[in-house]
Amino acid sequence: MAFIEINGLHKWFGSFHVLRGITNQVEQGEVLVICGPSGSGKSTLIRCVNRLEEYQKGTIFFDGRDIHDPGMDVNSLRAEIGIVFQQFNLYPHLSVLKNVTLAPTKVRGVPRAEAEEMGLALLERVGIHDQAHKYPAELSGGQQQRVAIARALAMKPKCMLFDEPTSALDPEMINEVLNVMKDLARDGMTMLCVTHEMGFAREVADRVIFMDAGEVLEEAPPLEFFTNPTHERTKLFLKEIL
Amino acid sequence: MGYQFDWSLVLTGEYRDWLLDGFVLTLKISALAGVCALALGTLVAVMRLSRVKPLEWLSLAFTEFFRNTPLLVQIFFWYFGSEAFLPKAVNVWLYKQDFEFAAGTIALTVYSSAFIAEELRSGVFSIPKNQLEASRATGLNFLQAYRYVILPQAFRIVIPPLISQLLNLLKNSSLVMTIGVMELTYQARQVESFTFHGFEAFTVATLLYLAVSLSVSFAITMYNKHFLHQLRY
Repeated sequence: MAFIEINGLHKWFGSFHVLRGITNQVEQGEVLVICGPSGSGKSTLIRCVNRLEEYQKGTIFFDGRDIHDPGMDVNSLRAEIGIVFQQFNLYPHLSVLKNVTLAPTKVRGVPRAEAEEMGLALLERVGIHDQAHKYPAELSGGQQQRVAIARALAMKPKCMLFDEPTSALDPEMINEVLNVMKDLARDGMTMLCVTHEMGFAREVADRVIFMDAGEVLEEAPPLEFFTNPTHERTKLFLKEIL
Repeated sequence: MGYQFDWSLVLTGEYRDWLLDGFVLTLKISALAGVCALALGTLVAVMRLSRVKPLEWLSLAFTEFFRNTPLLVQIFFWYFGSEAFLPKAVNVWLYKQDFEFAAGTIALTVYSSAFIAEELRSGVFSIPKNQLEASRATGLNFLQAYRYVILPQAFRIVIPPLISQLLNLLKNSSLVMTIGVMELTYQARQVESFTFHGFEAFTVATLLYLAVSLSVSFAITMYNKHFLHQLRY
């Protein structure tokens, strides 16, 4: 069984059928890039993996366990899956370092000193350890998003979800975030990335999937995906964004 | 014969001490009820936001009941009615204590907590939804997410309305004189009965209430100025 197995996934928002039978497998260490027009269901799909969204039909297995099993503790599932949002969603009332150490200390019971040491190391890894005692509002968008990545990594997740992590950033800040993501990918993190950064996809993705209207229309390794898309809808989309 | 002002009567000696004793008791009952009301109000607000239907209904019933009945009736209810619904042992114990003070504190706590719960709830609503989502996504459970992420932000936002609720509590505390709690208004009334110098006695009481209200308002405005600036999303 693959590390993440999505089988026949359907989801409705009221009467709107947002996911129409998604089936996909992600192996450990794999980087999957999901692209597609807005409203295609790509964010909803990755948000189903850590149960930020509930789905009505189909199954998702994470690391061998059905995430909807009644015996499955949703909090411990989420502790193993990091997520980075488009809008960063840092805690504005806590310092950068506290943003990173909150979950490890409260969920995992890591002692404060140890958590802070780890937090500083993570902030160093994303290149902002000198801002550890500032508040999020004092940081630029790119810096805030890197803090958000460090916050997710602090739980030592087995997998990372990225929900359009660079869409809210000024162009000159996109690369500093993408570089952190590329490093993560090279270190063997399993990653599901919803993004339109095709340069990123080309460089580090193992596979790219294209979604439209709740379905996966195209799925291929990046080179093939960009040079030889089979579906008309994909060609049109690529022409528009490249 | 006109009214003869005699300020020294209420500013010196025994009558001054009565007023000061009353003032101290006003501060005591307000502070105690204030702390308890903050705790109870937080609990009621969290129940309302818990998305557990029975808890939501209980919380809604609580706030609507206590906000929409007169405080004076509630004070009488706790004072005269407690015998009917509290276990006998508890009542016996309460009578041995300062029963008036206890009943007054409970009434003020419960009444104020209903308003505080509503202020907190609206404060929580003003926190962007993605804060709860982001904290739950790291594995914090519902209570932890509220304890560490949502409520600290909500408290900062609701500090101005909360303070005005606490100042209401201070002013409302004058009503417990009706069950014989010897707080400031009660003592001013006493001075009036003994001396017929009601104007002076109530002027002193008024100025004392005003002094506390204004200084609390001022302190909180300063504190607030310092802390609210962080909350930008």
